[in-house]
Amino acid sequence: MSLAFDLALCALILGAAGLAVAGRNLFGSVVFYIVYGVLIALAWVSLGAADVALAEAAIGAGVTGVLLIGAWQGMKDAGGLEAEITKSLPVRVLAGLGAAALGALIGFAVLSLPGHDGLTGPVAENQPALDLGNPVTAVLLSFRAYDTLLETLVLTAALAAVWSLTPARFWGGIPGPKHTTRPDGVMASFGRLLPPLGVLVAVYLVWAGADQPGGAFQAGTVLAAVWILIVLAGLRDEPRLSSLILRLIVIAGPLVFLGAGLAGALAGLALGYPEGHARTLILIIEYALTLSIAATLALLIAGPARRAP
Amino acid sequence: MMELLAERGSLFALTGAALIALGFYGFIMRRALIRRLIAFNVIGSGIFLLFGGTGYFGGGVDPVPRALIITGIVVALALTAFAAALAVRLARSGDDDENPEAGR
Amino acid sequence: MNLLFALVALPLLFMLASLVAGRHGPRLIWLAAPLMTGLAVWLAMAVHTAPEGGALGGWPVPLGIMLEADGLAAALMLASAITAAITGLFALGSYGTTRAETTRSYTFWPLFYGLWAAVNAVLVSRDLFNLYVAIELLSICAVALAAFGSRKAAMDYLMIALAGSLAYLLGVVLIFAAVGTLDLSLIAERAPEARTSVLIGAALISAGLIAKTALFPLHGWLPPAHGAAPPAVSALLSALVVKASFVILLRVWFEALPGLTQPAIITGFGVLGAAAILYGSALALRQEGLKALIAYSTVAQLGYLFLVFPLAGGGEAITPWAAGAWGAMGFHASAHMLAKAGLFLAAGLMIHASGNGRMDGLTGLARAMPVTTFAFALCAVSLMGLPPSGGFMAKYLMLISSLASGQWPYALVIIAGGLMAAAYLFRPLARMFAGTETPAITPLPHNWLPLAPLALAIAAMALGLLSAAPYELMVSGLPEAGEAGLEEVEP
Repeated sequence: MSLAFDLALCALILGAAGLAVAGRNLFGSVVFYIVYGVLIALAWVSLGAADVALAEAAIGAGVTGVLLIGAWQGMKDAGGLEAEITKSLPVRVLAGLGAAALGALIGFAVLSLPGHDGLTGPVAENQPALDLGNPVTAVLLSFRAYDTLLETLVLTAALAAVWSLTPARFWGGIPGPKHTTRPDGVMASFGRLLPPLGVLVAVYLVWAGADQPGGAFQAGTVLAAVWILIVLAGLRDEPRLSSLILRLIVIAGPLVFLGAGLAGALAGLALGYPEGHARTLILIIEYALTLSIAATLALLIAGPARRAP
Repeated sequence: MMELLAERGSLFALTGAALIALGFYGFIMRRALIRRLIAFNVIGSGIFLLFGGTGYFGGGVDPVPRALIITGIVVALALTAFAAALAVRLARSGDDDENPEAGR
Repeated sequence: MNLLFALVALPLLFMLASLVAGRHGPRLIWLAAPLMTGLAVWLAMAVHTAPEGGALGGWPVPLGIMLEADGLAAALMLASAITAAITGLFALGSYGTTRAETTRSYTFWPLFYGLWAAVNAVLVSRDLFNLYVAIELLSICAVALAAFGSRKAAMDYLMIALAGSLAYLLGVVLIFAAVGTLDLSLIAERAPEARTSVLIGAALISAGLIAKTALFPLHGWLPPAHGAAPPAVSALLSALVVKASFVILLRVWFEALPGLTQPAIITGFGVLGAAAILYGSALALRQEGLKALIAYSTVAQLGYLFLVFPLAGGGEAITPWAAGAWGAMGFHASAHMLAKAGLFLAAGLMIHASGNGRMDGLTGLARAMPVTTFAFALCAVSLMGLPPSGGFMAKYLMLISSLASGQWPYALVIIAGGLMAAAYLFRPLARMFAGTETPAITPLPHNWLPLAPLALAIAAMALGLLSAAPYELMVSGLPEAGEAGLEEVEP
C-alpha cells in the first residue's frame, strides 16, 4: 500500500482516537473507540502483520468494545454514569502541554534509535526444529511459551476477579439479563445461521495457526462471539456459574499448558518439548487453549452473576 | 521529515507516540471511568503500534514483537474486563455490601 | 531452573485446582503451605552454594526467557513463602467454610494463589516483558483482593496500577527497540550504544514502578486500599505486593543499566526514600484508626528500601559497606514482610474482638488477648528496628553503610524514622496495656488464629537472631553494581 494511504490512515486513527478520548457524549466515545480499533487493525494490515491485525480487530476493538458498551449500560441502569467536569482552560492547556511534551520525548526516543537486526534471524533459524510454519506461533508456544502461559493465567485470574464482585445472594447464579427474541425475528435467524459459520471460522483459525496467521487467541475470540450471539438471540441462556463442567472448560487450556511445562521440568527441561513431538504437543495445547479462552472471554463479557441460582 | 514519514515503520511508530500523548491527556483530564478505560486502551494500542513500527524491517514486522503484542493485547483486555466489572459494581451499590467486611 | 519454574507453576496449579474444587477449595492450603515453604527452603539451600537458573525450554537468550535466582531472590522467596503460607492458613478463619460455596470463600483462593505465583515469577524472571506479564497477574489479583474491603479504594488503586503498567510497558518497548533484547544481562551489554533511548525507557519504567510501589509522592492510593481490606488481604498487599515492583526496579538499575546512571538519579531515589520515611511516619503518628496507622507505616517502611540506591549504588560509596547496604535492603524487605503481615493479622483479630477499629477500642486488650498482644509487640519491635529482630539487623547495617560512605544525612533519617516508628507503635501498645479491667471481647472464630501472627513475629525475630546465614544468602551473587556502585561499573 502506498504512502498516501498510510498517511491518510494515520490521520484517521488520530482523529478517531481524539474523538474517543475528548468527545462530549460518553456512548459516542465508545463507538469512536470501536472505529478506532478497526482502523488500528488496518494499520497492522499495512505493516504486514495479519495475526496482530486479527487480534486487534477481534480482541482490541471487538471484545473490548462489547465490554465498554456493557459497562456503559450497566452504569446507566444503576444511575452511576458520572457527569464529566470540564476543567478550566489553564488546567487544560497545562495538561495539553504535558501530554505534548511526553509525545515529543517518546518521538525523540524513537528517532534516536540506533537500529538493530531484531530477532527475525534467530526465530527463522530455530523454527524448523519445531516444524511450525508460523513464526509467531513458534514464539508464542515455544520460544516464549512462558509468557503465553502466564498470560492465559492472567485471563483466568481476571475471571476470578470479576466473579469476586458477585453480590453474595447471587453466588453461583446466572450472569446478565435473560434475552428473548421473536422466534421468527431477524435476531433469531442470525442466531441460528451464524454459529455454524463462526465455529467453522474458529476451527480454521486454530488449525491454520500452526503455519499461517491465526492461533488460539484469535480463534477463541471468534468462538466467544458465537456464544454471545446465541445468547443475544435468546436461543440459549447463560450458564449457571456454579456449573462444574463450565469451570472445567475454563481451566482445561491453562491446565494442559501447565501440565506440559511441569512434565518437561520432571523430564529435565521446564517448558521443553521432547524432540520430534513439538508440533503435536503445541497443537494439543492450542486446541485446549482455544476452548478455555473462548469460555473465559464469554464469561468475562457476561460478568458476575445477576440472577439467583 | 517527509523522507522519514515515507518509511512505513517510522510513520506508524510516531503515530503510536502521538496516540500515547493523546491517551495520556485523556487519562489525566477525564473523570468518567469508561472514558479513562478508553484512554487506557488508546495508550495501550499506541504502545503496540510504536512496538510494531520500530520492529518493522523491510518486508514485515519482527515475529517476536508481533507475538509480544498479541500477548499484550490479551493482558490489556483482562485488565479492562475487570475494571469494567468493578466500575459497574461500584455504580450499582457503591461501597456498601450486604456483608461488609471492611476494616475487619 | 526446573525448581524455579516449579515455584511459579505450582501456585498456578493450586489456583486452577481451587477454581474447580468448589467448596473444598479452602482445604488446598493445607497442601500448598508446607509444599511451597519446603520448595523455598530447598531453593535457599541450593542458591547458598551457587545461583540457580537457566533458559526455559532450552532456548537461549535473546530468543528465549531466562529464569535465575540470586541470593536476594532466594531469601525473598523464602520470606514471602513463610508470609503467604501463614497468611493463607489464617485466611481459613474468614474464607475457610466448606459447608457451601460463597462468593468470598470461593474467589479468595484463586486470587491468593495467583498473587503468590506472580510474586515468585517476579523474583526469578530475567526478562523485561515477562516481568510485565507477571506484574499484571499480580495487579489483577491484588486489586481484586483489595476490593474485598473497599471497592472505591480498589478502583483508585486499579487506576494507579493501570497507569503504572502503561509507563512500564512503554519503557520496555523503547528499550527493546533500542537494543533488540529483553534479557537483563544482554541489555547491560548493549545499552551503552543506545544510551539516549534506553535512558528515556528506563525513566518511564521507573515512574511506573514507583507508582506501583507507592513510593512518596505516589503513595496516596496505598493507605486507603491497605487500610480498608480484610486483615489477610492487607497482610498480603503490604508484605508482598509492593515489594515485587521494587525488586524489578532494583533489577533494572543494578543489573540491566549499571554504568548508565547519573548521580542525580541515585540521589533522587535516595531523597524520595528519605521523604517517604519522614512523611509516612509523621502521618502514621496522626492516625486514629489502627489499620490506617499500620498502612501509613508501610509507606514509611518502603522508603528504607530506596536508600539502597545511594548506599550501595552511589558512585562515591565504594566502601566495604556497599555490600552491607545490599544486605541491609534484603533484611529490611524480608523483616518488613514478616512483621507487617504479623501486625495486620494481629490488628485484625483485635478489631474483631473489640468490635472497634479505633485506638480507644484497644484499651486493656493485653489482658483479654495475651498471645495476640505479644505477637503485635514482637512485630512492632522489628518495625522499630530494636534488637534482636530482623528489622534491627536491617537498620544497623544501613546505619553503618551510610556512615562508612560518608552519607550521614541518611543516617539521621534512619535514626529519626526508627524513633518515629517507636512513637507511632507505642500508642496502640500503650492502649493495650492501659487500665486494670479485662474488657469483654467477641470470641474469635477459631482459638488458634492468634498463632498465625505469633508465628510471623517469631520468624521476624529469628531473622535477627540467626542473622549470619540469611546475610550470607542475601549478598551471595549480588550484582557487581551492588558492590562497586551504579556508576562505577564499566558500561
